[in-house]
Amino acid sequence: MSTTAPTAQAVTPDTLRAPRLPRWASPLVALGSAAAAVGVGLGTGLHSRVQWGLIAALLFVVASYVLATVVEGKRQAKDRFATSMVWMTFLLAVIPLASLIWETVERGSKVFSPYFLSHSMGVVADREVGGGINHAIIGTLQQVALASLIAVPIGLLTAIYLVEYGRGKLAKAVTFFVDVMTGIPSIVAGLFVLSFWILILGFDFSGWAGAMALSILMMPVVVRSTEEMLKLVPNELREASLALGVPKWRTILKVVLPTAIGGITTGVMLAVARIAGETAPVLLLVWVNPFINTNPFDGAQGSLPLYIYQQYAAGSEASYDRAWAAALALIGFIMILNLVARGIARWKAPKTGR
Amino acid sequence: MDIATQTETAPPPPPVTTEQKRASRGATRPGDRIFLGLSRGSGILLLVIMAAIAAFLTYRAGLALADNTGNFLTTFEWDANAIPPKFGIAVLAFGTVVSSIIALVIAVPVAVGIALFISHYAPRKLAAPIAYVIDLLAAVPSIVYGLWGALVVAPNLTGLYSWLDSVLGWTGIFSYQGGAPRSLMTVGILLAIMILPIITNVSREVFLQAPKMHEEAALALGATRWEVIRMSVIPFGRSGIISASMLGLGRALGETIAVATVLSPNFLIGASLLDPGGGTFAQNIASKFNEASEYGRDALIASGLVLFLITLLVNGAARMIIARRKEYSGANA
Repeated sequence: MSTTAPTAQAVTPDTLRAPRLPRWASPLVALGSAAAAVGVGLGTGLHSRVQWGLIAALLFVVASYVLATVVEGKRQAKDRFATSMVWMTFLLAVIPLASLIWETVERGSKVFSPYFLSHSMGVVADREVGGGINHAIIGTLQQVALASLIAVPIGLLTAIYLVEYGRGKLAKAVTFFVDVMTGIPSIVAGLFVLSFWILILGFDFSGWAGAMALSILMMPVVVRSTEEMLKLVPNELREASLALGVPKWRTILKVVLPTAIGGITTGVMLAVARIAGETAPVLLLVWVNPFINTNPFDGAQGSLPLYIYQQYAAGSEASYDRAWAAALALIGFIMILNLVARGIARWKAPKTGR
Repeated sequence: MDIATQTETAPPPPPVTTEQKRASRGATRPGDRIFLGLSRGSGILLLVIMAAIAAFLTYRAGLALADNTGNFLTTFEWDANAIPPKFGIAVLAFGTVVSSIIALVIAVPVAVGIALFISHYAPRKLAAPIAYVIDLLAAVPSIVYGLWGALVVAPNLTGLYSWLDSVLGWTGIFSYQGGAPRSLMTVGILLAIMILPIITNVSREVFLQAPKMHEEAALALGATRWEVIRMSVIPFGRSGIISASMLGLGRALGETIAVATVLSPNFLIGASLLDPGGGTFAQNIASKFNEASEYGRDALIASGLVLFLITLLVNGAARMIIARRKEYSGANA
């Protein structure tokens, strides 16, 4: 090693570093390409701001690539290119989310009011203005509650089985099929309940039928999230409890579950948020009812996602407004569930003790 | 030697009875037995539900197929309410596959980019909020995507499609006649946005598992960040990306209401992806259900069975790839 020392000494330390672009180069290029894009956009009369953005992005990528090739060399230029592409993909994903939320809030707030929340569509034709989503809210809440009543106990117990008892082939099969079940299209769950509950057993369309299909969609989500949470509970807690002579089932109920309850609640709420927006099974099983029906076991009901679909299909200006307002209500409901769920997760995060 | 002879002469341990085995597992108390039974029972119930889905759909589909006068696989029609009924899934299979492929082609590169962004590029403090934003994308209900796609996205795509038509129109695939672009291409774009979160989340997990030592070794040799990713992260995460894409494909294949809202369907296979027309399995079920007779419903169930089997295969394969490499699942994605 020491033989190379003389040559290294001959070179001044400054030239050992490859030339780099200064830190302010990137922002400057970004600013320049943005200005150029605005210029091009105004010059050629492009109306769409999206096109302006695309031109700016393209200019930025090309300019920084060329600049880096000249100053820093090919490898660094490639690295810069990759970095800007990765940033671009992220911005690309934010655009639809921002647009969707913006449009929903803007168009939805037109008819969104206490009146809209407290009235049904019973006597309002699709082309008229007025009416509301009260019947749909009642329907959705009842269907989701019923679905949770079925899915949460089964999901919890299955997760407990997989984590606390599960050995051997049965547990492996259950794990695999829970994974596969998360991928079942919601319309297939709807068709299943349709075929056995309505076509074979001959029951009528009802909120309960929809709830059954929703529970099929909900179960695997509950199982998976509960499983993850139970795995986080430290084994020392179980061992300490068992060593005191506490039966296993009481250990699970009194030690394991309370430790993980925050995460489990979060998982359940996220699962509820997911099924609350499902339209397909509701479309097949609950049918349509513009009137308020508070009995989910008897006859057709309303439902929020289904209401949006129908108002959209009605195709008049007034019904589009109602569809957007209902979408606003639905997104609001789901986002609140999401936020609360994540709040609980943070507040009651299990202490792993590791 | 002494010890060895002693152990040899010791009496063999008494055979363990099943009773004792159970006792050693601690499941003799009635409370334990009930609880074990309950939890094992609900595990079995899940398997039973899966089996029942397959069984009931197959039974009703069989009823429909028995009377079908067309060929279920090749007929370009859906007259399931007519007497005698005639229907086939050729158009639906084409539309489903084409729109899902478009979605994957768009979504996979973007999703991998975002996953890399979160795992390797974003400032540490921003990584968690960005992941949350991507999760929000997954939380939006599909009907809202449909409404947004039909009333906001589709009208804004006419410019792009006219341009594509003028440049690539001669291929036939990208010819565009004008009018509302409620086409398979628009559906594909919308599906791409919808499956972005699941692909992102699964690939991100895999990228985060890439061995740190490899990355540090590459950095120590003077590799740039991109070279580190290309040489150590991507090769490690390749199977993860594949299974993530397949999970996304499963979602895209089965998406119902967003497609039904955006697409203006017909029962033809057109060469152009930009012109309205075509259909998918799930969309067809949702659109035809309201006016379907009892027999028509069975026919729709038959097409749903095909969809079920396809998604089962795709998801099963994806899960097997994941399970083989790591104990990770994207079910919470």
